Amino acid sequence: MKQTMKTKAFIEKFMEILFAVCSFSAVAAVGLIIVYMLGIGSPAIAQIGLFDFLFGTTWAPASSTNPQFGILPMILSSIYGTCGAILIGVPIGLLTAIFLANVASERVSSIMRPVIELLAGIPSVIYGLIGMVVIVPTVAKIFSEQTQFNGGATMLSAILVLSVMVLPTIISVSETALRAVPQDYEQASLALGATKAQTIFKVLVPAARSGITAGVVLGIGRAIGEAMAILLVSGNVVNMPGLFTSVRFLTTGIVSEMGYAEGLHRQALFAIGLVLFIFILGINVALYFFVKKGVGKNNGN
Amino acid sequence: METSTSISRKNARVGDTVLMVLIYGSAFLVVAILLAMIGYIMVKGLPLVNWEFLTTKESVLKGTHGILPNIINTIYIIVLTILFATPLGVGGAIYLCEYAHQGRLTQLIEFTTETLSGIPSVVYGLFGALFFNSMMKLQYSILSGCLTLTIMILPIIVTTTRESIKSVPMDYREGAMAMGAGKWYVIRTIILPSSFSGILTAIILAIGRIVGESAALIFTAGIGTTLMKTTSLSAILGHAKTSGATLTVQLYQYMLKGQNEYAYAIAAVLMVIVLAINLLTRLMIRGMKSKAQ
Amino acid sequence: MSTKISTKNLNLWYGENHALKNINLDIEAGSITAFIGPSGCGKSTYLKTINRMNDLVKGVRIQGEVLLDGENIYAPSVDVTLLRKKVGMVFQRPNPFPMSIYDNIAYGPRIHGIKNKAQLDEIVEKSLKGAALWDDVKDRLKSSGLGLSGGQQQRLCIARAMAVEPEVILMDEPTSALDPISTMRIEELMADLKKHYTVVIVTHNMQQAARISDTTAFFLVGEMVECDKTDVIFSMPKDKRTEDYITGRFG
Repeated sequence: MKQTMKTKAFIEKFMEILFAVCSFSAVAAVGLIIVYMLGIGSPAIAQIGLFDFLFGTTWAPASSTNPQFGILPMILSSIYGTCGAILIGVPIGLLTAIFLANVASERVSSIMRPVIELLAGIPSVIYGLIGMVVIVPTVAKIFSEQTQFNGGATMLSAILVLSVMVLPTIISVSETALRAVPQDYEQASLALGATKAQTIFKVLVPAARSGITAGVVLGIGRAIGEAMAILLVSGNVVNMPGLFTSVRFLTTGIVSEMGYAEGLHRQALFAIGLVLFIFILGINVALYFFVKKGVGKNNGN
Repeated sequence: METSTSISRKNARVGDTVLMVLIYGSAFLVVAILLAMIGYIMVKGLPLVNWEFLTTKESVLKGTHGILPNIINTIYIIVLTILFATPLGVGGAIYLCEYAHQGRLTQLIEFTTETLSGIPSVVYGLFGALFFNSMMKLQYSILSGCLTLTIMILPIIVTTTRESIKSVPMDYREGAMAMGAGKWYVIRTIILPSSFSGILTAIILAIGRIVGESAALIFTAGIGTTLMKTTSLSAILGHAKTSGATLTVQLYQYMLKGQNEYAYAIAAVLMVIVLAINLLTRLMIRGMKSKAQ
Repeated sequence: MSTKISTKNLNLWYGENHALKNINLDIEAGSITAFIGPSGCGKSTYLKTINRMNDLVKGVRIQGEVLLDGENIYAPSVDVTLLRKKVGMVFQRPNPFPMSIYDNIAYGPRIHGIKNKAQLDEIVEKSLKGAALWDDVKDRLKSSGLGLSGGQQQRLCIARAMAVEPEVILMDEPTSALDPISTMRIEELMADLKKHYTVVIVTHNMQQAARISDTTAFFLVGEMVECDKTDVIFSMPKDKRTEDYITGRFG
């Protein structure tokens, strides 16, 4: 009896430690990623020079005489593309979220919601394929003058693809935020003689502000990290960003050269990954801040 | 009291009408984009999907363009990754729900889990190539791909499982504890069975993510198209050490080569899989909800 | 005194549930009318037909007429927003918007087209004074309305309703979520309100009805049983059911 009690206690302790180890795997993974990306990326940055790396405008890693590793065009392209996608995606996404949360009947929203989730489930490469065969030629046709040298593989095409890809995130997070707004607000506004639209835009949307912001921030994360969908629609040439120029992003820069890069060139790609990782970390911290602050505000009641 | 004005004056509210039109228009646009995408891929791709395409491998000699190796690789990677990630993720979720005290440690775990879910695929690809391919000398191999994806889907498993464990009523636990049962016993006999459907949902969500993944796999599992040999168990297990392209990676390869017709065909196959997974998730979640009520 | 609101043969259904049965009632201008009755008797439902807030409920069906200054508010030509501008409402739970005190009050005037800052300032001050809240908050108009106490929040809601210059103010159990002292202050406020507005209040508190109202109507399972001067209702009701309720035999 005593023996079994002891075994039992041992098993209890053993399982607890086992579960603790499991839960720690996320911490370990993030730690490993940081350590290894830093371990490979930072010597490369040191060798290139932080300033030349971040603010250099020439990317010529394979040059045998004077290899250059300036990623400013890629950083700016990533920011430009993300801003563009957010500029198009946020209004459409927010309006759709409003439709689901405040305008449509429960029946219609319950049919539409899975449809929007499906949009999130479609693989990046399929977005890329459609971008390549539909969006690029369309952009080339409409803006034939501006795209005569790149056949439509431009920043604009990439932005259009990205703006669709950020929709599901923005819609679902914003819808949740809008649904969490107390019904009292809507009642109070309508009772003052406000119309439905006034109520939505002057009371409900402002009340759901912090949740909507979180959705936008998540959308930014999605856009800045996307690679495969925009690799073949953006022209993949290292240029300073412009709506009708071919560009290369931080993500696509990595994908397009990783297959053959060696030595410092390969390390430089890891350094690009490090920059990307820092962007994402920044976004996550911002998210944490927004959500926490938002919760604090709502608890003021 | 002032004399009243009539209430039966219909104002023309142009601003309101415009806003409502925009709301309906956006919702319509989003649905239209999705339907157009699905329709386009199906129309372009489905006619090219036939038995030969699904059951042969790419061969110049035989003149076949088949994706059997990619189908097998995809399933192989799904199975292996789920086998790695599920115990890890479920165990982590159990610890967070049943053992850990709310504090700095759980905050750290939560924050890192959130961070993992925000890291772009391409960064996972880089890390996997560095850590698993090079450091652990796995080279371009399916195993390296699986280990990379394990980290990637960990947050999905942890978060979804955690939600379902949280929804197990406190009384169940207290009832069992009151009878002198240990924590592990309660977990084994009550917590895990009642959150089974939640764990299953987590797995299906994770499968969805794996099926769609490409950037994290190209540098880890690579682009090999060797057909898995099924002569012996060791041959099957040995396949993990070879490089293997999943359907998405193969689709990308066809795009690179400009063989768009095969890209469409794979896209159609993928679309069917994604639709099926989406439907399955929907059914699972509905089942979970009705059980909770 | 003239009749402000006149209800004729009003019936209301929620789906199959016949919630209001053939209501006939006149409400006088510049008075306080109280509706009493046990929970679920239809007093709140009837109140909400007067500014058509019931329109928002799914599956609601309404028959009969409610006349405001002789105009049927259920006529097809009626603009509901104009009706609600005229007939304001204060809810059971204080529900200030999550914005500043100033913006809470200015919300109504703004949506009805007032943009002039000086004019808005004036309305805000006047409304807050009218709701006996000005002295409490005049130094912190820019701080959140949610930071006020429950009683202050309810007075803020009353001020917000007054800001659009309604003619009628409907109050749906406005003090049921408040402490006795806040309740007392709101009751004092109501006596002032009737100088400028027609006030209709639903209350589950009979003493409150007796204290503040001029006229009282008693509701029971969807019917308006009896309506008379408040002192008459509470001293010599005509209907046996009213008497039973008032003397506390049920409810």
